[in-house]
Amino acid sequence: MPASDSETLRGAAPGPAAGPRTVSETDAVAAGGARPSAAAPGTPAGARDLGPWERLILNLRAARARAYVRVVATGRELSWLPFEVGLPILAAAAYVFIYEALGAPAEYTGFVLLGGAMTAYWMNVLWNMASQFYWEKQSGLLETYFLAPASRVSLLFGMAMGGIFMSSIRAAATLAAGSLIFGITYHVVSWPATMAAFVLTLSALYCLGMLFASVFLMYGREAWHMASALQEPVYLASGFYFPVRALGFWAAMGASVIPLTLGLDAMRQLVFGMADMGFLPVAWELAGLAGLTVVYFGLALRALSKMEHLAKKAGRLTLKWQ
Amino acid sequence: MSLAIDVQNVSRVFESKGKEPFYALRDANLQVEPGELFGLLGPNGAGKSTLIKILSTLLLPTSGTARVAGFDVVHEADRVRRSINMVSGGEHSGYGILTVRESLWLFAQFHGIPSREALRRIDETLEIVGLAEHAHARINKLSTGMRQKMNFVRGLLNDPAVLFLDEPTLGLDVETARILRDYLKQWIKEKPGRTVLLTTHYMAEADELCDRLAIIDGGRILTVDTPAGLKRTMQDEVVLKTEISPVLAGADEDVLGRFRQLPGVLGVIADRPQNGTQLLTWRLIDDGVIGTVVNELQAADVRIIRLEKNEPTLEDVFMRMVGRRLTDAGK
Repeated sequence: MPASDSETLRGAAPGPAAGPRTVSETDAVAAGGARPSAAAPGTPAGARDLGPWERLILNLRAARARAYVRVVATGRELSWLPFEVGLPILAAAAYVFIYEALGAPAEYTGFVLLGGAMTAYWMNVLWNMASQFYWEKQSGLLETYFLAPASRVSLLFGMAMGGIFMSSIRAAATLAAGSLIFGITYHVVSWPATMAAFVLTLSALYCLGMLFASVFLMYGREAWHMASALQEPVYLASGFYFPVRALGFWAAMGASVIPLTLGLDAMRQLVFGMADMGFLPVAWELAGLAGLTVVYFGLALRALSKMEHLAKKAGRLTLKWQ
Repeated sequence: MSLAIDVQNVSRVFESKGKEPFYALRDANLQVEPGELFGLLGPNGAGKSTLIKILSTLLLPTSGTARVAGFDVVHEADRVRRSINMVSGGEHSGYGILTVRESLWLFAQFHGIPSREALRRIDETLEIVGLAEHAHARINKLSTGMRQKMNFVRGLLNDPAVLFLDEPTLGLDVETARILRDYLKQWIKEKPGRTVLLTTHYMAEADELCDRLAIIDGGRILTVDTPAGLKRTMQDEVVLKTEISPVLAGADEDVLGRFRQLPGVLGVIADRPQNGTQLLTWRLIDDGVIGTVVNELQAADVRIIRLEKNEPTLEDVFMRMVGRRLTDAGK
């Protein structure tokens, strides 16, 4: 945004004849547009500049509150139990029987169940992270979010934390029930490495969800259809129900942009002790997941800032009737 | 002393491909003092909500400057957000699975209010608006009125210096609207400097609540004054209401056009017919024109069922400024 727009904002009032020109919030500040202000009497103490510690507390409170909704929903509305535990087991069962009929190694049953359990996270990222700002715009809540001083990142972080809690309950229930039904045995190579793989997978995955949240808000219903279209292909590309190396090296490498591809593969190697069936060495996969976390988090921050600016410029934070 | 709201030449243009640019606001200027309860009156699409969205940092102005609580809405959006809150009529109340108390706590956290303090304020305010017994009810079980009371409480939780109320009593029953209006009057008096910018479709509400009013139409602020001051501008005029039967037939506009040409008639507006009768509201230069009106109605072959001379109301002021009733305008 050229400096002239900042100048427009600072005083000259061209009016309608000057044509439509929208001010850039960030660029105007960068150009030295911000001026010291005297708060009006009655201005709450909160309107003074916040120190880094106060800002952190504010954002942690916001994140905790946003996470709370999902934590409460998990215990208060139990209708998810039959659908989100039963259905993944049913989907996995089909693959289990195929593998048994073909005489595949017994570990494949565990592979399939682990993949089935991890679908909870992918569904959560698609429908409860990526689409969430879009839903909240539709319901009119987004406006209330953007009116508050808490950062948007803290709200997304809260959504992610709540979503991880919610999905972990589902995934654990699926894993426990499936393990009992199919009689799966685990040979954990390293608990710390397994935990690291799990945490890094979720970090990268939910950072991708944060990135999608901005994109989906900007592109609205089209993006929502995109989420629908992404669901099944990702099950395939990330090897939810088979070892991803079966796709071939380059296809699996391409699929690794979805963190679940590397994460599932690493966890399968670590939990079932079958490194020879892995796609890449676990250490490489963990490094890859760490890299994806950094990249997706950086992109999410940029997208969020860009999205907010564009939405305020184009008036897309609310629907026309709101 | 800083103004609570200071709008200088703010314009906002919406553009979409293949369509003419839409000017939602044109060179708007508005100054609101701390402690004022200020009303914005205008039909749908007049620019009221656009102005509120700009002032609440949800929308960027195309040109001009606006300051709220002393802070620039573009350059100091973060500080503005810590000084304001907003309640809109018919807005979504939150997540249906949460209780009223939980939902209000959630929004208080977004403003960084410590939990204990937030819950104290929530309980206190729920008691005042008569929602305390529903504090532990889930939001999806609440009636529209209860939800709006809850939204109202949400808007006050962070003790905003400037509160934006966008049609806050829209669709509410009379009793609920009265409770909210009463509390609003009490709230603004409790602490010096608290300011409210209110948009409403209800003239009586504006007349009762507002210290000053702006009438806005077509993105332009047409006038700003106190309710009494606005009514005084019509002091020299006579407002006459005539209920007639049968209703004006066919070419209503032709008949009304003829009425408007009568000497001494400043304007006439016809309400929609009801039960075979129709109300015509006349603005006349003085009492002497009443006879002309009666003769003209008789000549138009209609019977006068009721004839009433009124003191000017805000509705009459609005009609004079905008040319339509508030309820008809924007249609």
